[in-house]
Amino acid sequence: MSTASPTTGTQKRSFTTAAAVYVNERTSVAGFIKELGRKAFPDHWSFLLGEVALFSFVVILISGTFLTFFFQASMAEVHYDGSYVPLKGVEMSVAMASTLDISFDIRGGLFVRQMHHWAALLFVAAIGLHMLRIYFTGAFRKPREFNWVIGFTLFILAMAEGFTGYSLPDDLLSGNGLRIIDGLIKGIPLVGTWISFLLFGGEFPGTQIVGRLYSLHIMLLPALVIAFIALHLVFVVVHKHTQYAGPGKTQQNAVGPPVLPVYAAKAGGFFFIIFGVIALIASLFTINPIWNYGPYDPSPVSAGTQPDWYIGFADGALRLIPPGWEFVWLDRTWSFNILVPLIAIGIFIVLVLLYPFIEAWITGDKREHHIADRPRNAPTRTAIGAAGVTFYAGLWAAASSDILATHFSLTMEGVIHALQAVVILGPFVAFFIAKRVCIALQKKDREIVLHGFESGRIVRLPGGEFIEVHEQLDEYDRWRLVSFETYEPLMIRPNARGKITVGQRFRASLSRWFFEDRIAPVTKGEIESGHGGHH
Amino acid sequence: MNRQKRRTGRRHPLATVALLAIGLIFTGGAYAALSAGTTAQAETDLTSQQTIDEGKKLFQANCATCHGLSGEGTGTGPSLVGVGAASVDFQVGTGRMPMQMQGPQAQVKPVQFTDEQILQLAAFVASLGPGPSIPPAHLVDGGGDAANGAELFRINCAMCHNVAGAGGALTEGKFAPALTETSGVHIYEAMVTGPQNMPVFSDMNISPEDKRDIITYLKYVQDNRSPGGFELGSLGPVAEGLFIWIFGLGAIVAITVWITAKSN
Repeated sequence: MSTASPTTGTQKRSFTTAAAVYVNERTSVAGFIKELGRKAFPDHWSFLLGEVALFSFVVILISGTFLTFFFQASMAEVHYDGSYVPLKGVEMSVAMASTLDISFDIRGGLFVRQMHHWAALLFVAAIGLHMLRIYFTGAFRKPREFNWVIGFTLFILAMAEGFTGYSLPDDLLSGNGLRIIDGLIKGIPLVGTWISFLLFGGEFPGTQIVGRLYSLHIMLLPALVIAFIALHLVFVVVHKHTQYAGPGKTQQNAVGPPVLPVYAAKAGGFFFIIFGVIALIASLFTINPIWNYGPYDPSPVSAGTQPDWYIGFADGALRLIPPGWEFVWLDRTWSFNILVPLIAIGIFIVLVLLYPFIEAWITGDKREHHIADRPRNAPTRTAIGAAGVTFYAGLWAAASSDILATHFSLTMEGVIHALQAVVILGPFVAFFIAKRVCIALQKKDREIVLHGFESGRIVRLPGGEFIEVHEQLDEYDRWRLVSFETYEPLMIRPNARGKITVGQRFRASLSRWFFEDRIAPVTKGEIESGHGGHH
Repeated sequence: MNRQKRRTGRRHPLATVALLAIGLIFTGGAYAALSAGTTAQAETDLTSQQTIDEGKKLFQANCATCHGLSGEGTGTGPSLVGVGAASVDFQVGTGRMPMQMQGPQAQVKPVQFTDEQILQLAAFVASLGPGPSIPPAHLVDGGGDAANGAELFRINCAMCHNVAGAGGALTEGKFAPALTETSGVHIYEAMVTGPQNMPVFSDMNISPEDKRDIITYLKYVQDNRSPGGFELGSLGPVAEGLFIWIFGLGAIVAITVWITAKSN
């Protein structure tokens, strides 16, 4: 009997097995699947944020393909003759008319258009949140520095994708956005005007820009995004995923369920959940109602004209510049009202891009790190992050200064001045507060490890003294609190020729700034002696 | 038996309900009849001396503190000579006047006067000097060309009021109000009188027919909700960005927590 059942079993599975063998004999894919399927993937909600970005990008690709069937990237003038009454007979570009047709006259068109746009907003937002997770847990440290750079490049590419897409319908809002870009470019001394003419094929707005942006939006930029995503994922596989400290988790392993079968099934299901959430939002909430904005015309601008959220920080930077920063010198106009924001944002972007290398240079740490830090255990890094977030948030909020003014009954000038203070002073305040909070939390952790936590049980000792009984953590919880590393400030040492260079001094002073205030993790010896002397 | 007898007639358990219903019907009926009466009286003759006199009394009781006893203006309020009936109908009819307090601009609040009283006030102010009059019904009924109105609105009005009439910010705490609830006659009066910080759009600038088209467009936007679903206030990308971060990403983060939650 026992020999008979496997035989029938084999016969039942024979097709699948045969097919698998057939495919494998021709592709040798089994080894690959075996390797990939057994990859461990640590389980934590914040590790899924990158997947959210990936899956919303897939939604963008699918919905975008649908839109390309109907969108016509032409700036030829036509009179609109579709279903939307308040635009009937209005002269507009073919691009605008075809977008209106997608919205009103093609079945499901408006739904797919809204899905595409909502998914784009979600894509960039998910990348942003994912990057914050990587930053604050130190997951960019060796060996993952390049992957940070690739990821940040993806963020920039996503913004470029978003902006080119925002400009395609050739409605009033997108035209206003392009006009700001045109102004930014023209603000660059000497070359600005020529670059603008090159981009727009002559004087703004011209008849070229929509077609050119369309090529970028559906060909070049998506190809780059896909290539960088592929590279990003290859590196994730090569490096293995980071994990949070815990019993059995070391710098050498990755603890978690294997990709196959459960994890892959969960991730597949997660894709459909993301798809569903985007579809639900797209079906219920209007996004970019181009029919309100009407065709682009260089003269009108609507109140409340803003870029999509991810370009907001740049728009906000322009809004925060005080008046009078433009002057004529050497027979040229110098637009420092444009140059200063451009330079400030440029420096900010370069600093974020290079941060892993900067931190590695300051710490002088050449080891690999696979255990993600808790943010409190790297107080200076967390504080720098908080300062950066405050700076970005101030610029971002400034893009909505007019909406803030009307909706909170404030004056526009008051909002602008307050946000100027947030952008310039806010980072210092945020740095200080974040660092103090981190160190305080570390002290609390140390206290808990050494003395346990208050149990709420009051005991009267024979001598009459009342004490509250402290209970010790169990070993699993304690592990999380004690397994982190601290650095000490670098010592300045003379080099081979007996000299101390300026670079070394600078590095040492940065290192001191980073690690001067620190709380050392509790050692084994401290725990053991701590237990003896306490209640 | 005795008990059953007590539960009939005016002692019936539903007697209170019936009494309440009767009372309500009478009060409601009387109110409806009276307010119908007011509407009937609203065909007030703006030029009759009696109306002007009534208006003068109201004006001196309610407006003269700031605008002077005969509308000549004081340090706290401008002269009303020549502002016309349209100005009064707009300012008082939208509740902006009498003004609650001095501020960047007069705020909309519940209307303080009946339609008849507003017309009496308008008649008095119109008698002080020639000015824009209340527009005839055919110019404010929304029966014009919405497409032309939309284009004019984008060119002349949207920079302050937003393309969808959602309103916008001005300097020093002033603002252009949302037009999502504004009636046709008030929109017309605002254009000809230029209330608060709004410029005057005279008939030389925008003809009465074009004004009618603009009202037609705004009525279209008021009556037709967005074909794409909830408008999020028609505020543009700021509202959209806020929505995706808080509700979109918020929902998805909640889902990631759920997916990675350990089963107990």
